[in-house]
Amino acid sequence: MTAGPPVVTLRGVAKRYANGTLAVQGVDLAIGQGDFVSLLGPSGCGKSTVLRMIAGLMGPSTGSIEMAAGGNAAGDIGFVFQEPTLMPWSSALKNVMLPLRLAGTARSEAEDRAAAALAEVGLKGFEKSYPRALSGGMKMRVSIARALVTKPRLLLMDEPFAALDEITRHRLNNDLLTLWALERFTAVFVTHSVFESVYLSRRIVVMAARPGRVVEDMEVNEAYPRGEVFRTSAEYAAHCRAVSEALHGAMGE
Amino acid sequence: MGVSVSANEVADAPQEARERTILGLTGEGWARILAPLAIGIIALGLWEWAVRVNEIPPYILPGPIEVGRTLIRDWHTLQVSLWITLQITFAALFVAAALGLALAVLFAQSRVIELSLFPYAVILQVTPIVAIAPLIIIWVDDIRIALLICAWIVAFFPILSNTTLGLNSADHNLQDLFRLYRASRWQVLMRLRLPTAMPYFLGGLKISGGLALIGAIVAEFVAGTGGRASGLAYRILEAGYNLQIPRMFAALVLVSATGIAIFLAMTLVSHLALRHWHESAMKERK
Repeated sequence: MTAGPPVVTLRGVAKRYANGTLAVQGVDLAIGQGDFVSLLGPSGCGKSTVLRMIAGLMGPSTGSIEMAAGGNAAGDIGFVFQEPTLMPWSSALKNVMLPLRLAGTARSEAEDRAAAALAEVGLKGFEKSYPRALSGGMKMRVSIARALVTKPRLLLMDEPFAALDEITRHRLNNDLLTLWALERFTAVFVTHSVFESVYLSRRIVVMAARPGRVVEDMEVNEAYPRGEVFRTSAEYAAHCRAVSEALHGAMGE
Repeated sequence: MGVSVSANEVADAPQEARERTILGLTGEGWARILAPLAIGIIALGLWEWAVRVNEIPPYILPGPIEVGRTLIRDWHTLQVSLWITLQITFAALFVAAALGLALAVLFAQSRVIELSLFPYAVILQVTPIVAIAPLIIIWVDDIRIALLICAWIVAFFPILSNTTLGLNSADHNLQDLFRLYRASRWQVLMRLRLPTAMPYFLGGLKISGGLALIGAIVAEFVAGTGGRASGLAYRILEAGYNLQIPRMFAALVLVSATGIAIFLAMTLVSHLALRHWHESAMKERK
Protein backbone atom coordinates (compact mmCIF):
# COMPACT_ATOMS: atom_id res chain seq x y z
CA MET A 1 0.00 0.00 0.00
CA THR A 2 1.73 3.18 -1.15
CA ALA A 3 0.48 6.72 -1.45
CA GLY A 4 -1.15 7.73 -4.71
CA PRO A 5 -0.74 10.93 -6.74
CA PRO A 6 -0.65 14.09 -4.65
CA VAL A 7 -3.95 15.53 -3.42
CA VAL A 8 -2.24 18.69 -2.31
CA THR A 9 1.12 20.16 -3.27
CA LEU A 10 2.90 23.01 -1.48
CA ARG A 11 5.66 24.78 -3.39
CA GLY A 12 8.03 27.23 -1.72
CA VAL A 13 5.36 28.22 0.80
CA ALA A 14 6.16 30.96 3.30
CA LYS A 15 3.83 32.73 5.69
CA ARG A 16 4.55 36.03 7.35
CA TYR A 17 1.92 37.32 9.77
CA ALA A 18 0.79 40.95 9.84
CA ASN A 19 2.95 41.57 12.92
CA GLY A 20 6.06 40.58 10.96
CA THR A 21 6.58 37.10 12.43
CA LEU A 22 7.79 34.63 9.86
CA ALA A 23 5.73 31.56 10.73
CA VAL A 24 7.06 29.21 8.05
CA GLN A 25 9.35 29.48 5.08
CA GLY A 26 10.43 27.35 2.13
CA VAL A 27 7.95 24.53 2.65
CA ASP A 28 7.80 22.08 -0.26
CA LEU A 29 5.45 19.24 0.44
CA ALA A 30 3.36 16.88 -1.65
CA ILE A 31 0.77 14.81 0.16
CA GLY A 32 -0.11 11.61 -1.64
CA GLN A 33 -3.63 10.34 -1.92
CA GLY A 34 -4.56 7.87 0.80
CA ASP A 35 -1.46 8.63 2.85
CA PHE A 36 -1.35 9.22 6.59
CA VAL A 37 1.09 12.07 7.17
CA SER A 38 2.03 13.57 10.52
CA LEU A 39 3.46 17.05 10.87
CA LEU A 40 5.66 16.79 13.96
CA GLY A 41 7.50 19.57 15.69
CA PRO A 42 7.89 21.77 18.76
CA SER A 43 5.44 24.59 19.38
CA GLY A 44 6.11 27.57 17.16
CA CYS A 45 7.37 25.48 14.24
CA GLY A 46 4.40 26.50 12.11
CA LYS A 47 2.81 23.06 11.78
CA SER A 48 -0.66 24.42 12.54
CA THR A 49 -0.04 27.30 10.13
CA VAL A 50 0.77 24.82 7.34
CA LEU A 51 -2.41 22.89 8.16
CA ARG A 52 -4.56 26.01 8.10
CA MET A 53 -3.07 27.04 4.78
CA ILE A 54 -3.87 23.63 3.31
CA ALA A 55 -7.43 24.06 4.59
CA GLY A 56 -7.61 27.41 2.81
CA LEU A 57 -8.30 29.22 6.11
CA MET A 58 -5.37 31.49 5.30
CA GLY A 59 -3.30 32.12 2.21
CA PRO A 60 0.49 31.80 1.93
CA SER A 61 2.53 35.00 1.73
CA THR A 62 4.64 33.52 -1.03
CA GLY A 63 4.62 30.19 -2.86
CA SER A 64 1.63 28.18 -3.98
CA ILE A 65 -0.73 25.55 -2.62
CA GLU A 66 -2.34 23.43 -5.24
CA MET A 67 -5.20 21.02 -4.73
CA ALA A 68 -5.68 18.09 -7.09
CA ALA A 69 -8.57 18.47 -9.53
CA GLY A 70 -11.95 17.89 -7.94
CA GLY A 71 -10.66 18.66 -4.47
CA ASN A 72 -11.86 22.20 -4.14
CA ALA A 73 -15.55 21.99 -3.32
CA ALA A 74 -16.84 22.70 0.17
CA GLY A 75 -16.86 19.43 2.08
CA ASP A 76 -13.84 17.98 0.28
CA ILE A 77 -11.75 18.92 3.27
CA GLY A 78 -12.58 17.96 6.83
CA PHE A 79 -10.93 19.75 9.75
CA VAL A 80 -10.63 18.64 13.36
CA PHE A 81 -9.50 21.32 15.77
CA GLN A 82 -7.54 20.92 18.98
CA GLU A 83 -10.73 21.61 20.92
CA PRO A 84 -13.91 19.76 19.97
CA THR A 85 -15.33 23.10 18.71
CA LEU A 86 -18.94 22.01 18.93
CA MET A 87 -21.93 24.33 19.02
CA PRO A 88 -23.06 24.04 22.67
CA TRP A 89 -26.65 24.95 21.78
CA SER A 90 -27.04 21.98 19.43
CA SER A 91 -27.30 18.26 20.04
CA ALA A 92 -24.58 15.90 18.81
CA LEU A 93 -26.70 15.05 15.77
CA LYS A 94 -27.32 18.68 14.86
CA ASN A 95 -23.61 19.43 15.24
CA VAL A 96 -22.73 16.66 12.81
CA MET A 97 -25.47 17.81 10.42
CA LEU A 98 -23.94 21.30 10.18
CA PRO A 99 -21.63 20.82 7.16
CA LEU A 100 -24.46 19.18 5.23
CA ARG A 101 -27.01 21.83 6.17
CA LEU A 102 -24.57 24.59 5.20
CA ALA A 103 -24.25 22.91 1.80
CA GLY A 104 -28.03 22.93 1.43
CA THR A 105 -28.71 19.22 1.99
CA ALA A 106 -32.33 18.54 2.94
CA ARG A 107 -32.93 18.08 6.66
CA SER A 108 -34.07 14.45 6.54
CA GLU A 109 -31.15 13.34 4.39
CA ALA A 110 -28.72 15.29 6.57
CA GLU A 111 -30.20 13.62 9.66
CA ASP A 112 -29.70 10.15 8.22
CA ARG A 113 -26.15 10.79 7.14
CA ALA A 114 -25.23 12.48 10.43
CA ALA A 115 -26.69 9.58 12.40
CA ALA A 116 -24.64 7.17 10.29
CA ALA A 117 -21.48 9.25 10.88
CA LEU A 118 -22.13 9.25 14.64
CA ALA A 119 -22.61 5.48 14.60
CA GLU A 120 -19.33 5.17 12.70
CA VAL A 121 -17.39 6.90 15.47
CA GLY A 122 -19.09 4.71 18.08
CA LEU A 123 -21.67 7.20 19.33
CA LYS A 124 -24.89 5.47 18.36
CA GLY A 125 -27.48 6.36 21.01
CA PHE A 126 -25.93 9.75 21.81
CA GLU A 127 -27.59 11.65 18.94
CA LYS A 128 -29.73 13.77 21.24
CA SER A 129 -27.02 14.49 23.81
CA TYR A 130 -25.80 18.03 24.14
CA PRO A 131 -22.03 18.61 24.16
CA ARG A 132 -22.06 19.49 27.86
CA ALA A 133 -23.30 16.00 28.68
CA LEU A 134 -20.41 14.31 26.84
CA SER A 135 -16.88 13.54 28.02
CA GLY A 136 -13.82 15.02 26.31
CA GLY A 137 -13.24 11.87 24.27
CA MET A 138 -16.87 11.68 23.19
CA LYS A 139 -16.89 15.34 22.16
CA MET A 140 -13.82 14.69 20.05
CA ARG A 141 -15.64 11.76 18.44
CA VAL A 142 -18.53 14.07 17.54
CA SER A 143 -16.00 16.49 16.06
CA ILE A 144 -14.50 13.69 13.96
CA ALA A 145 -17.96 12.55 12.84
CA ARG A 146 -18.71 16.11 11.75
CA ALA A 147 -15.47 16.25 9.75
CA LEU A 148 -16.21 12.90 8.08
CA VAL A 149 -19.90 13.41 7.37
CA THR A 150 -19.21 15.06 4.00
CA LYS A 151 -16.94 12.12 3.01
CA PRO A 152 -13.92 14.40 2.54
CA ARG A 153 -10.94 13.40 0.45
CA LEU A 154 -8.63 15.13 2.88
CA LEU A 155 -8.92 15.09 6.67
CA LEU A 156 -6.83 17.71 8.48
CA MET A 157 -6.34 17.32 12.23
CA ASP A 158 -4.69 19.88 14.49
CA GLU A 159 -3.47 18.08 17.65
CA PRO A 160 -6.97 16.69 18.15
CA PHE A 161 -6.15 14.39 21.07
CA ALA A 162 -3.67 16.59 22.93
CA ALA A 163 -6.10 17.41 25.72
CA LEU A 164 -7.25 13.83 26.35
CA ASP A 165 -6.00 11.38 28.95
CA GLU A 166 -3.68 8.67 27.68
CA ILE A 167 -6.14 5.77 27.80
CA THR A 168 -8.69 7.71 25.78
CA ARG A 169 -6.01 8.97 23.41
CA HIS A 170 -4.83 5.41 22.61
CA ARG A 171 -8.39 4.34 22.05
CA LEU A 172 -9.07 7.25 19.71
CA ASN A 173 -5.79 6.64 17.86
CA ASN A 174 -6.92 3.08 17.14
CA ASP A 175 -10.38 4.20 16.11
CA LEU A 176 -8.93 6.88 13.85
CA LEU A 177 -6.83 4.25 12.06
CA THR A 178 -9.90 2.06 11.66
CA LEU A 179 -11.85 4.93 10.13
CA TRP A 180 -8.92 5.78 7.88
CA ALA A 181 -8.76 2.20 6.59
CA LEU A 182 -12.52 2.18 6.10
CA GLU A 183 -13.10 5.59 4.52
CA ARG A 184 -9.85 5.87 2.54
CA PHE A 185 -9.39 9.58 3.11
CA THR A 186 -5.98 11.23 3.09
CA ALA A 187 -4.97 12.23 6.59
CA VAL A 188 -2.72 15.08 7.71
CA PHE A 189 -2.20 14.98 11.44
CA VAL A 190 -0.45 17.71 13.42
CA THR A 191 1.07 16.58 16.71
CA HIS A 192 3.95 17.24 19.05
CA SER A 193 4.03 13.64 20.26
CA VAL A 194 6.69 11.41 18.72
CA PHE A 195 4.85 8.27 19.89
CA GLU A 196 1.54 9.33 18.45
CA SER A 197 3.08 10.24 15.09
CA VAL A 198 4.94 6.92 14.79
CA TYR A 199 1.92 4.88 15.85
CA LEU A 200 -0.44 6.56 13.40
CA SER A 201 1.42 7.61 10.32
CA ARG A 202 3.13 6.21 7.30
CA ARG A 203 5.08 9.39 6.79
CA ILE A 204 6.37 11.89 9.35
CA VAL A 205 7.36 15.41 8.35
CA VAL A 206 9.59 16.80 11.10
CA MET A 207 9.54 20.57 11.44
CA ALA A 208 11.71 23.05 13.35
CA ALA A 209 10.98 26.51 14.71
CA ARG A 210 12.29 30.05 14.15
CA PRO A 211 11.64 30.15 11.32
CA GLY A 212 9.24 27.24 10.85
CA ARG A 213 10.57 24.86 8.22
CA VAL A 214 10.66 21.21 7.21
CA VAL A 215 13.86 19.52 8.35
CA GLU A 216 13.22 15.82 7.89
CA ASP A 217 10.83 13.65 5.94
CA MET A 218 10.67 10.11 7.31
CA GLU A 219 8.76 6.96 6.49
CA VAL A 220 7.28 4.50 8.93
CA ASN A 221 7.13 1.45 6.74
CA GLU A 222 5.06 -0.80 8.96
CA ALA A 223 1.94 -2.68 8.00
CA TYR A 224 -1.59 -1.69 8.99
CA PRO A 225 -3.71 -2.50 10.87
CA ARG A 226 -1.53 -1.52 13.78
CA GLY A 227 -2.56 -2.40 17.30
CA GLU A 228 -1.21 -2.86 20.79
CA VAL A 229 1.25 -5.44 19.45
CA PHE A 230 2.84 -2.77 17.27
CA ARG A 231 2.89 -0.33 20.16
CA THR A 232 5.11 -2.68 22.15
CA SER A 233 7.27 -3.95 19.27
CA ALA A 234 10.98 -3.34 18.76
CA GLU A 235 10.27 -1.76 15.37
CA TYR A 236 8.00 0.81 17.01
CA ALA A 237 10.70 1.65 19.55
CA ALA A 238 13.32 1.97 16.80
CA HIS A 239 11.11 4.34 14.79
CA CYS A 240 10.44 6.40 17.88
CA ARG A 241 14.15 6.69 18.57
CA ALA A 242 14.93 7.73 14.98
CA VAL A 243 12.15 10.31 14.88
CA SER A 244 13.09 11.59 18.30
CA GLU A 245 16.69 12.05 17.20
CA ALA A 246 15.59 13.89 14.07
CA LEU A 247 13.38 16.12 16.21
CA HIS A 248 16.13 16.94 18.69
CA GLY A 249 18.57 17.48 15.86
CA ALA A 250 16.09 19.94 14.39
CA MET A 251 15.83 21.73 17.72
CA GLY A 252 19.63 22.00 17.83
CA GLU A 253 20.15 19.81 20.88
CA MET B 1 -12.48 -4.22 13.90
CA GLY B 2 -15.27 -1.75 14.57
CA VAL B 3 -15.28 1.58 16.28
CA SER B 4 -17.07 1.95 19.59
CA VAL B 5 -16.93 4.37 22.43
CA SER B 6 -15.12 3.01 25.49
CA ALA B 7 -16.83 2.53 28.84
CA ASN B 8 -14.13 4.76 30.28
CA GLU B 9 -15.20 7.66 28.07
CA VAL B 10 -18.89 7.21 28.83
CA ALA B 11 -18.19 7.02 32.55
CA ASP B 12 -16.29 10.28 32.21
CA ALA B 13 -19.30 12.14 30.85
CA PRO B 14 -20.56 14.75 33.28
CA GLN B 15 -23.74 13.85 35.15
CA GLU B 16 -26.20 16.36 36.43
CA ALA B 17 -26.48 16.14 40.17
CA ARG B 18 -29.82 14.73 41.26
CA GLU B 19 -30.93 16.09 44.57
CA ARG B 20 -33.69 14.91 46.85
CA THR B 21 -36.78 17.04 46.36
CA ILE B 22 -39.62 17.96 48.69
CA LEU B 23 -42.87 18.77 46.85
CA GLY B 24 -40.92 19.31 43.64
CA LEU B 25 -38.31 21.63 45.10
CA THR B 26 -34.88 20.88 46.52
CA GLY B 27 -33.96 21.84 50.04
CA GLU B 28 -32.09 24.85 48.70
CA GLY B 29 -35.04 25.77 46.49
CA TRP B 30 -37.32 25.92 49.53
CA ALA B 31 -34.78 27.93 51.50
CA ARG B 32 -34.58 30.38 48.64
CA ILE B 33 -38.32 31.00 48.89
CA LEU B 34 -38.91 30.65 52.61
CA ALA B 35 -35.95 32.64 53.97
CA PRO B 36 -36.78 35.96 52.22
CA LEU B 37 -40.47 35.35 52.96
CA ALA B 38 -39.74 35.02 56.66
CA ILE B 39 -37.69 38.24 56.63
CA GLY B 40 -40.55 40.00 54.83
CA ILE B 41 -43.16 38.86 57.33
CA ILE B 42 -40.98 39.87 60.29
CA ALA B 43 -40.35 43.31 58.77
CA LEU B 44 -44.05 43.86 58.06
CA GLY B 45 -44.89 42.74 61.60
CA LEU B 46 -42.40 45.22 63.09
CA TRP B 47 -43.79 47.97 60.90
CA GLU B 48 -47.36 47.27 61.98
CA TRP B 49 -46.26 47.06 65.58
CA ALA B 50 -44.34 50.38 65.39
CA VAL B 51 -47.31 52.12 63.80
CA ARG B 52 -49.69 50.86 66.50
CA VAL B 53 -47.48 51.40 69.52
CA ASN B 54 -46.52 54.96 68.50
CA GLU B 55 -50.05 55.69 67.27
CA ILE B 56 -48.76 57.11 64.01
CA PRO B 57 -51.67 58.54 61.99
CA PRO B 58 -52.27 56.88 58.60
CA TYR B 59 -51.64 60.14 56.68
CA ILE B 60 -48.04 60.03 57.96
CA LEU B 61 -47.38 56.29 57.81
CA PRO B 62 -50.10 53.68 57.39
CA GLY B 63 -49.44 50.17 58.68
CA PRO B 64 -49.25 47.26 56.24
CA ILE B 65 -52.72 46.06 57.18
CA GLU B 66 -54.19 49.46 56.35
CA VAL B 67 -52.26 49.47 53.04
CA GLY B 68 -53.63 46.02 52.23
CA ARG B 69 -57.16 47.12 53.04
CA THR B 70 -56.78 50.17 50.77
CA LEU B 71 -55.41 47.97 48.03
CA ILE B 72 -58.57 45.87 48.12
CA ARG B 73 -60.96 48.82 48.55
CA ASP B 74 -59.39 50.90 45.75
CA TRP B 75 -58.63 47.93 43.55
CA HIS B 76 -61.08 49.11 40.92
CA THR B 77 -59.30 52.44 40.34
CA LEU B 78 -55.83 51.07 40.85
CA GLN B 79 -56.35 48.17 38.47
CA VAL B 80 -57.15 50.53 35.60
CA SER B 81 -53.93 52.44 36.28
CA LEU B 82 -51.94 49.24 36.67
CA TRP B 83 -53.18 48.07 33.32
CA ILE B 84 -52.10 51.33 31.64
CA THR B 85 -48.63 51.16 33.17
CA LEU B 86 -48.28 47.50 32.22
CA GLN B 87 -49.25 48.22 28.63
CA ILE B 88 -46.68 50.99 28.31
CA THR B 89 -43.97 48.93 30.02
CA PHE B 90 -44.44 45.85 27.86
CA ALA B 91 -44.88 47.78 24.64
CA ALA B 92 -41.64 49.66 25.41
CA LEU B 93 -39.85 46.43 26.31
CA PHE B 94 -41.04 44.75 23.13
CA VAL B 95 -39.94 47.65 20.93
CA ALA B 96 -36.63 47.87 22.82
CA ALA B 97 -36.00 44.15 22.31
CA ALA B 98 -36.93 44.18 18.63
CA LEU B 99 -35.07 47.38 17.77
CA GLY B 100 -32.09 46.55 20.00
CA LEU B 101 -31.72 43.16 18.36
CA ALA B 102 -32.15 44.54 14.85
CA LEU B 103 -29.66 47.33 15.43
CA ALA B 104 -27.14 44.93 17.01
CA VAL B 105 -27.40 42.68 13.95
CA LEU B 106 -26.82 45.72 11.76
CA PHE B 107 -23.77 46.68 13.85
CA ALA B 108 -22.43 43.15 13.54
CA GLN B 109 -22.63 43.33 9.76
CA SER B 110 -20.57 46.45 9.43
CA ARG B 111 -17.90 47.91 11.66
CA VAL B 112 -18.41 51.36 10.06
CA ILE B 113 -22.08 51.43 10.98
CA GLU B 114 -21.26 50.32 14.51
CA LEU B 115 -18.55 52.96 14.93
CA SER B 116 -20.76 55.75 13.60
CA LEU B 117 -23.98 54.91 15.46
CA PHE B 118 -22.87 53.44 18.77
CA PRO B 119 -21.86 56.78 20.36
CA TYR B 120 -25.39 58.08 19.76
CA ALA B 121 -26.84 55.07 21.50
CA VAL B 122 -24.57 55.89 24.43
CA ILE B 123 -25.71 59.53 24.42
CA LEU B 124 -29.32 58.36 24.48
CA GLN B 125 -28.46 56.13 27.42
CA VAL B 126 -26.58 58.65 29.57
CA THR B 127 -29.01 61.54 29.17
CA PRO B 128 -31.32 61.45 32.20
CA ILE B 129 -34.83 60.53 31.13
CA VAL B 130 -36.33 63.05 33.58
CA ALA B 131 -34.62 65.79 31.60
CA ILE B 132 -35.93 64.79 28.19
CA ALA B 133 -39.32 63.46 29.18
CA PRO B 134 -40.98 66.94 29.33
CA LEU B 135 -39.78 67.68 25.79
CA ILE B 136 -41.03 64.39 24.44
CA ILE B 137 -44.38 64.91 26.14
CA ILE B 138 -44.65 68.37 24.54
CA TRP B 139 -43.61 67.16 21.11
CA VAL B 140 -45.67 64.01 20.89
CA ASP B 141 -49.41 64.57 20.88
CA ASP B 142 -50.50 61.11 21.91
CA ILE B 143 -49.55 60.82 25.57
CA ARG B 144 -49.32 57.03 25.43
CA ILE B 145 -46.82 57.16 22.60
CA ALA B 146 -44.85 59.83 24.46
CA LEU B 147 -44.68 57.59 27.54
CA LEU B 148 -43.74 54.63 25.39
CA ILE B 149 -40.86 56.56 23.83
CA CYS B 150 -39.57 57.55 27.25
CA ALA B 151 -39.71 53.98 28.56
CA TRP B 152 -38.12 52.71 25.37
CA ILE B 153 -35.16 55.13 25.62
CA VAL B 154 -34.36 53.78 29.07
CA ALA B 155 -34.88 50.12 28.23
CA PHE B 156 -33.21 49.93 24.88
CA PHE B 157 -29.50 50.33 25.59
CA PRO B 158 -28.77 47.19 27.68
CA ILE B 159 -30.29 45.03 24.95
CA LEU B 160 -28.34 46.78 22.21
CA SER B 161 -24.97 46.71 23.96
CA ASN B 162 -25.34 43.17 25.29
CA THR B 163 -26.48 41.73 21.98
CA THR B 164 -23.73 43.54 20.08
CA LEU B 165 -21.19 42.04 22.45
CA GLY B 166 -22.77 38.60 22.03
CA LEU B 167 -22.79 38.73 18.25
CA ASN B 168 -19.07 39.50 18.31
CA SER B 169 -18.27 36.69 20.74
CA ALA B 170 -18.59 33.73 18.40
CA ASP B 171 -15.89 31.08 18.93
CA HIS B 172 -12.98 31.62 16.53
CA ASN B 173 -12.59 27.98 15.64
CA LEU B 174 -16.30 27.73 14.89
CA GLN B 175 -15.97 30.79 12.66
CA ASP B 176 -13.13 29.02 10.84
CA LEU B 177 -15.28 25.92 10.52
CA PHE B 178 -18.08 27.93 8.91
CA ARG B 179 -15.54 29.45 6.53
CA LEU B 180 -14.18 26.01 5.68
CA TYR B 181 -17.66 24.97 4.59
CA ARG B 182 -18.10 28.25 2.70
CA ALA B 183 -21.05 29.36 4.80
CA SER B 184 -22.78 32.53 3.61
CA ARG B 185 -22.98 35.65 5.79
CA TRP B 186 -26.61 34.82 6.45
CA GLN B 187 -25.79 31.26 7.53
CA VAL B 188 -23.06 32.51 9.87
CA LEU B 189 -25.51 34.99 11.37
CA MET B 190 -28.38 32.54 11.81
CA ARG B 191 -26.46 29.44 12.83
CA LEU B 192 -23.50 30.87 14.72
CA ARG B 193 -23.68 34.50 15.76
CA LEU B 194 -27.32 34.72 16.86
CA PRO B 195 -27.20 31.53 18.95
CA THR B 196 -23.95 32.77 20.54
CA ALA B 197 -25.61 36.11 21.30
CA MET B 198 -28.72 34.53 22.80
CA PRO B 199 -27.54 34.43 26.46
CA TYR B 200 -26.26 38.01 26.14
CA PHE B 201 -29.56 39.17 24.64
CA LEU B 202 -31.53 37.48 27.41
CA GLY B 203 -29.25 39.06 30.02
CA GLY B 204 -29.98 42.44 28.46
CA LEU B 205 -33.70 41.68 28.43
CA LYS B 206 -33.60 40.92 32.15
CA ILE B 207 -32.09 44.35 32.88
CA SER B 208 -34.33 46.14 30.40
CA GLY B 209 -37.50 44.63 31.88
CA GLY B 210 -36.95 46.54 35.10
CA LEU B 211 -35.74 49.63 33.29
CA ALA B 212 -38.82 49.76 31.05
CA LEU B 213 -40.99 49.91 34.15
CA ILE B 214 -38.83 52.63 35.69
CA GLY B 215 -38.91 54.57 32.41
CA ALA B 216 -42.69 54.30 32.21
CA ILE B 217 -43.12 55.41 35.82
CA VAL B 218 -40.73 58.35 35.50
CA ALA B 219 -42.44 59.51 32.32
CA GLU B 220 -45.84 59.18 33.99
CA PHE B 221 -44.62 61.33 36.86
CA VAL B 222 -43.52 64.03 34.46
CA ALA B 223 -46.74 63.78 32.47
CA GLY B 224 -48.80 63.49 35.64
CA THR B 225 -47.42 66.80 36.95
CA GLY B 226 -49.17 68.33 33.96
CA GLY B 227 -52.36 66.46 34.80
CA ARG B 228 -52.19 64.05 31.87
CA ALA B 229 -52.17 60.28 31.79
CA SER B 230 -53.47 58.01 34.52
CA GLY B 231 -50.99 55.20 35.14
CA LEU B 232 -49.80 54.04 38.55
CA ALA B 233 -47.35 56.92 38.95
CA TYR B 234 -50.18 59.35 38.35
CA ARG B 235 -52.16 57.62 41.12
CA ILE B 236 -49.18 58.01 43.45
CA LEU B 237 -48.95 61.72 42.64
CA GLU B 238 -52.68 62.24 42.97
CA ALA B 239 -52.84 60.37 46.28
CA GLY B 240 -49.93 62.48 47.52
CA TYR B 241 -51.72 65.72 46.67
CA ASN B 242 -54.85 64.51 48.46
CA LEU B 243 -52.93 63.18 51.46
CA GLN B 244 -54.38 59.69 50.77
CA ILE B 245 -51.15 58.15 51.99
CA PRO B 246 -52.48 54.55 52.30
CA ARG B 247 -53.51 54.71 48.65
CA MET B 248 -50.09 56.03 47.74
CA PHE B 249 -48.56 53.01 49.45
CA ALA B 250 -51.00 50.66 47.74
CA ALA B 251 -49.98 52.01 44.33
CA LEU B 252 -46.33 51.70 45.35
CA VAL B 253 -46.91 48.06 46.30
CA LEU B 254 -48.36 47.44 42.85
CA VAL B 255 -45.36 49.08 41.15
CA SER B 256 -42.94 46.89 43.14
CA ALA B 257 -44.99 43.77 42.52
CA THR B 258 -45.00 44.54 38.80
CA GLY B 259 -41.22 44.96 38.82
CA ILE B 260 -40.75 41.65 40.61
CA ALA B 261 -43.17 39.89 38.25
CA ILE B 262 -41.30 41.23 35.21
CA PHE B 263 -37.98 40.10 36.65
CA LEU B 264 -39.32 36.62 37.39
CA ALA B 265 -40.89 36.37 33.93
CA MET B 266 -37.60 37.32 32.25
CA THR B 267 -35.68 34.87 34.42
CA LEU B 268 -38.09 32.13 33.40
CA VAL B 269 -37.83 33.00 29.70
CA SER B 270 -34.04 32.97 29.98
CA HIS B 271 -34.03 29.65 31.81
CA LEU B 272 -36.36 28.00 29.29
CA ALA B 273 -34.30 29.23 26.35
CA LEU B 274 -30.92 28.22 27.75
CA ARG B 275 -31.55 25.22 29.97
CA HIS B 276 -30.18 22.70 27.47
CA TRP B 277 -26.80 24.21 26.97
CA HIS B 278 -25.75 27.34 28.80
CA GLU B 279 -23.68 27.23 31.98
CA SER B 280 -25.91 29.81 33.65
CA ALA B 281 -28.96 27.57 33.36
CA MET B 282 -27.26 24.42 34.59
CA LYS B 283 -27.51 22.67 37.89
CA GLU B 284 -24.39 21.79 39.79
CA ARG B 285 -22.50 18.84 38.41
CA LYS B 286 -20.58 16.07 40.01
